[in-house]
Amino acid sequence: MSASDLTNLLALGSIALFVIGLKRLSRVRTARSGNALMASGMLLAVAITLLEIGLVDYRWIVGGLLVGGAIGYAIVARAQATQMPEIVARFNGFGGAGSALVALSLFWAEVVETAGDGTAVETLGGTSATTLVLSVLIGSVTLSGSILAELKLRGTLGGSPDVPVRGAVMGLLAVGGLAAGFVAVFGIEDPAVASLLVVGLIVASLLAGVVLVLPIGGADMPVVISLLNSLSGLAAAATGFALDNQLLIIAGTIVGAAGLILTQIMCVAMNRSLLNVLIGGFTGGSTEHGEYEHVVSADAESAAMVLEASQSVIIVPGYGLAAARAQNAAYELAQALLNRDVQVRFAIHPVAGRMPGHMNVVLAEAEVPYELLFEMSEINQDFASTDVAIVVGANDVVNPAAHDDPASPIAGMPILDVEQARRVFVIKRSLSPGYAGIKNELFERDHTVMLFGDAKQVLDDLAAELTLARR
Amino acid sequence: MGPLLLNVYVFVLAAFLGFELINKVPPTLHTPLMSGANAMSGITVIGALTLVTVASVSTSVVLGVAALVLATVNVVGGFLVTDRMLSTFGGRR
Repeated sequence: MSASDLTNLLALGSIALFVIGLKRLSRVRTARSGNALMASGMLLAVAITLLEIGLVDYRWIVGGLLVGGAIGYAIVARAQATQMPEIVARFNGFGGAGSALVALSLFWAEVVETAGDGTAVETLGGTSATTLVLSVLIGSVTLSGSILAELKLRGTLGGSPDVPVRGAVMGLLAVGGLAAGFVAVFGIEDPAVASLLVVGLIVASLLAGVVLVLPIGGADMPVVISLLNSLSGLAAAATGFALDNQLLIIAGTIVGAAGLILTQIMCVAMNRSLLNVLIGGFTGGSTEHGEYEHVVSADAESAAMVLEASQSVIIVPGYGLAAARAQNAAYELAQALLNRDVQVRFAIHPVAGRMPGHMNVVLAEAEVPYELLFEMSEINQDFASTDVAIVVGANDVVNPAAHDDPASPIAGMPILDVEQARRVFVIKRSLSPGYAGIKNELFERDHTVMLFGDAKQVLDDLAAELTLARR
Repeated sequence: MGPLLLNVYVFVLAAFLGFELINKVPPTLHTPLMSGANAMSGITVIGALTLVTVASVSTSVVLGVAALVLATVNVVGGFLVTDRMLSTFGGRR
């Protein structure tokens, strides 16, 4: 058995770890070990590659791995639970950029820096030259799209400005970029001209990523990130073709396929098609904002009195809960109610927060038991027999306009039917619109009471009132 | 079977594998799963490794080192952030 046979065999081990790890990651009980298996698969892949490279100068390799590892560790260590979705978006952009840069490095090494050997196709071969261009395109789109997605999630970049004739612009950028790229690798021998054309490809691809994500606003961002995740996998796969590296192709393609499936799952949760998300976006124009009229607000004391008299309560968390880091306060309120023999449940909308499962992550951090968490389909019919629904920092996912107003941007999206409950408390900082940028008529309902304030503060107050009243 | 066709086979079969692996995931795990898959896309790190094997400095090496750093951030940060999300689920159920 030759040395390359051995490394290829080991690569199979790495792939097995990825596959088994991913499988385990999709089950609650085994998820954490699945992630560890995938990480060890990655470690094995790096070890195999170092073995394949043989004895070389390790300065760049060691330096790059150490610097990258330290930055990655620092970003995660400094992040708060609410920032996780942004961080996934950022890492995703880095991965896409990494693939594009590998392809570019290959191009520079084999074509630009070894001038006089002819075009890229002659030195690299047709497959490698073609996929190199694709890797730069997809990787760059992923990079700029992910950066934009992160900015939108953070709220640094508000709104979703429309790009006129967006489809045509994107098509033009993609075709123009690809044309520049293919001419560079197939037709040009002069390295200076070829590299300029490749720079053109990069610029066009980065712009295409911006145009892709810019008009998509609000609640659709999770879908976009999932799609970009899929793209970064495909960029890695394209890089694998360019380098003739099967491990890269397999791992990248698995991510590409898995990302697509996840994207699909999210679209289903919102009752929309992917195409609809990408074309339409949420066009939350100023017309839908509207003014609020009959809004009733109350303080924690009177709200606590209602809670004292109730027998069943459902808490509906949204992004506001995560943003105010109110998960512990929410659990304390739940415990205070449970102590009074009130039935308490949490209703989790699949896209509450900024990502599917975001609320589960945040509530799990406060160690809220699973038995108290219910998915939308499990609990929606129970609102009608519930005394009080407490909406904490959620807006679009409880907006009855999804049922009532066919013209609403969120029409058809499944929502939690909180308005069926006898009383509805909405804990919110103000009447500002949610992520979709539209008015919520739930706030004007006769049986709705607004509890204005910071979610954590209000929940703390409610729990304190309840504990006080008990004594 | 030529090398290109072999790679196409590998690509198509891996795509099927990816599609089949990810079905019926509880919503709880959507975010961690996305994050873990995202870390896996940092596999491009092994491509970067093969391109920075010299001590000299040239455009290609600079591009390769940038790729290595970014991909490593993706891998290390990605698996860590996934583990952090999942650690909050730990011990129960």
